Amino acid sequence: MSATPAIRLQDVTLSLDGRTVLDHLHLEIASGSVTAVIGPNGAGKSVTLRVIDGLLQPDGGTVQVGPHRRAFVFQRPALIRATAAANIALALGGLPRPARAARVEEALARVRLSERGRDAATRFSGGEQQRLALARAWAVGPDLLLLDEPTANLDPASTEIVEGLVSAMARAGTTVVLVSHNLGQVARLADTVIVLASGRAVEHGPARQILFSPRTSESRAYLAGELPWTPFVAAS
Amino acid sequence: MMQTLQEILSRLFSLDRDVLAIAWLSLRVSLTAVGIGLVLGIPLGAFLAVARFPGRGAAVGLLNAFMGLPPVLVGLVLYLVLSRSGPLGPLGLLFTPGAMIAAQATLATPLVAALTQQVVADARVHLGEQLRSLGLSAPRQAGAMIYDVRFSLVTAALAAFGRAISEIGAVLVVGGNIDGYTRTMTTAISLETQKGDLSLALALGLVLIGLVLVVNVAVAVLRRHAARVYG
Repeated sequence: MSATPAIRLQDVTLSLDGRTVLDHLHLEIASGSVTAVIGPNGAGKSVTLRVIDGLLQPDGGTVQVGPHRRAFVFQRPALIRATAAANIALALGGLPRPARAARVEEALARVRLSERGRDAATRFSGGEQQRLALARAWAVGPDLLLLDEPTANLDPASTEIVEGLVSAMARAGTTVVLVSHNLGQVARLADTVIVLASGRAVEHGPARQILFSPRTSESRAYLAGELPWTPFVAAS
Repeated sequence: MMQTLQEILSRLFSLDRDVLAIAWLSLRVSLTAVGIGLVLGIPLGAFLAVARFPGRGAAVGLLNAFMGLPPVLVGLVLYLVLSRSGPLGPLGLLFTPGAMIAAQATLATPLVAALTQQVVADARVHLGEQLRSLGLSAPRQAGAMIYDVRFSLVTAALAAFGRAISEIGAVLVVGGNIDGYTRTMTTAISLETQKGDLSLALALGLVLIGLVLVVNVAVAVLRRHAARVYG
């Protein structure tokens, strides 16, 4: 564990609609790491991302998030009824117009949508919309990138583009927190894995160790319940 | 029956400059009132959709109730406010097109605000978290959501226009139905009916319906084109 974590959640509790979603959650995420948060449905993964981003305030505990520039890519991309370029520009309000236009152009190129900048974003396919959402996140130049099942329902080609840009951002020093049920993706992208179950972190460690030899019964149950998968490239 | 129809058509095609002036005044008053309603109603509706404060539910309920404001009551209240002894009496607006615009804007604003509140609240469900996460200020979040639902707001504008141009109670009270100055299509129809000139009243009614149809068709064509471009 890093001595100066980018994110530290201590004893965080949160109830939604009378149900305990986070139950005295402790976790630390190292600066510059790619951390995958995995676990069964209802474990509190997406809620944890929202707490980190400040979208949800916990009932108790402390949340310390170092990076100020954050970007969040949701499972269902939230785009306004405007052109693809306008959707990216929405996040760049502080930039002068020429710099904004250049940044938008580069963001579209990063996700191979250069030719679609003037098209209506809401007419894009699901994969293109998610790539656009990631391009918008990239355009912000975030220190912290939060991804909530970013490639759910995407075809392999779009998944490859998304993963490629996430990897590039991680290599450039962005701290990445990824929620995913795609364990192949976790193996390809993450260097650290946190397993959540019933709102608690039941295991936290190097991706390879947790994916191949989980230590807790909850981790083993979750991993054993998944469909067979094969990592294309084992995490180093 | 056929004779009546022939008479109506004859009156319709021989409409003189006075009638055209009445139609133009109706259009001018109602479009200006709707413009004011949009300027005031859209921010108010968006604010109620986005902001969270004690009593917000009651405010939304009140706004929805105001959609059904009785025009005659609005006219009466404005009459009291604009009359010589009223607080805005010195403005000298009573029995002018300005007073009629104020009356119709009072009716249009709650309608626009309530419809805006509903569509922006719907947009907030799928856009709210993303816009907050992008770090946009509350006004910019509201602006982005208003932009997202702009085609739905066209419907609100049309509804407000329909309410304004077809309204008679308020404009009659604060406008006074002065020939050549504050006579609108609806007050003219009412007057001709009372005088027993039903064919002219019906001919004016057809002109009124024609105006509403032209505005609605023009807006629908623009909206369809814009929706095709922006999704």
